[in-house]
Amino acid sequence: MIPALLTLFLCQLAGETAARALHLPLPGPVIGMVLLLALFALFPRLVTALRLVAQGILGHLSLLFVPAGVGVVGHLGLLGQSGLPILAALLVSTVLAIAVGALTFAAVARWTGNHPE
Amino acid sequence: MTGFTEIWSYLSQGPLLWLTATLAAYACGDAAFRAAGRRPFVNPVLVAVVLLGTALWATATPYATYFEGAQFVHFLLGPATVALALPLWDNLGHVRRCALPIAAALLAGSATAVISALGIAWAMGVRGEVLISLAPKSATAPVALGISDAIGGSPTLTAVLVILTGITGAIVATPLLNLLGLTDWRARGFAVGVAAHGIGTARAFQVNPLAGAFAALGMGLNAVLTAALAPAILGLFL
Repeated sequence: MIPALLTLFLCQLAGETAARALHLPLPGPVIGMVLLLALFALFPRLVTALRLVAQGILGHLSLLFVPAGVGVVGHLGLLGQSGLPILAALLVSTVLAIAVGALTFAAVARWTGNHPE
Repeated sequence: MTGFTEIWSYLSQGPLLWLTATLAAYACGDAAFRAAGRRPFVNPVLVAVVLLGTALWATATPYATYFEGAQFVHFLLGPATVALALPLWDNLGHVRRCALPIAAALLAGSATAVISALGIAWAMGVRGEVLISLAPKSATAPVALGISDAIGGSPTLTAVLVILTGITGAIVATPLLNLLGLTDWRARGFAVGVAAHGIGTARAFQVNPLAGAFAALGMGLNAVLTAALAPAILGLFL
């Protein structure tokens, strides 16, 4: 478990360092994810070593968003004022983005003869 | 015997109380989700946020005090994002085979998210800092905050809009995609990751592992694209 956690932290640390040093528009953890993917390609044995811990963390991914979500309480005043337009914009745009994205993916996959198994 | 007020003032100074409360609230949310037959409208994040928000309000606890305890959970978002490399690796074959659908869906989904959110809010009279803060709401939280800050929005407001977008996406995705008759898990997962970042990705993993992997990919790619698209599209509304 410790080597697996260490690998995750090291990738994130390298990602954070790269993001700051090279002024990349990406957050450190996303760069860390790409880095870990590259490490998997170089050392396939790493995948087995990390699987349990990675699946453990990802199994409760939703939990990790709760602290940031509670921050909504600090903005209830604003949401009260212009709540309706904001909520309407969020709801409609999210519905549209999911629908347009999924339909585009399926249509292009069909045109290019790329069928799901 | 020590009075309740004294014990409370001791506990409310340390991180233990609100860390425990965060896990307890999520456990309640997860139990409610299971009890409701894993239906998407009983979202565990939403249930936990409402419970904790009510608890903070009832005890007049500032968010900063709450976050001192909750930061240990919040911190794990970083390593969890790194860990998304695993489902991506497991599905690398699928990903390689559909580079074209991925590129097309990324552009279409990302642009739709920014343009429709800004268009609707603008038409309903939202201007200034609030409108700016809305632009990056479909990107994953750390990227969205950085974009918001760079284009003159309010990062804390953007954080809230990002979370609300994620919860909305997690709730509407399954019924919406069923209504559209889409059965391709790659298309379903990818679109949800693009539109609703990590919370949508967490939901996709609950439904199907292939959808989860494509959602993680969509989230990562849209983080990059939103950084380029949001400021450009916002320029049309200011």
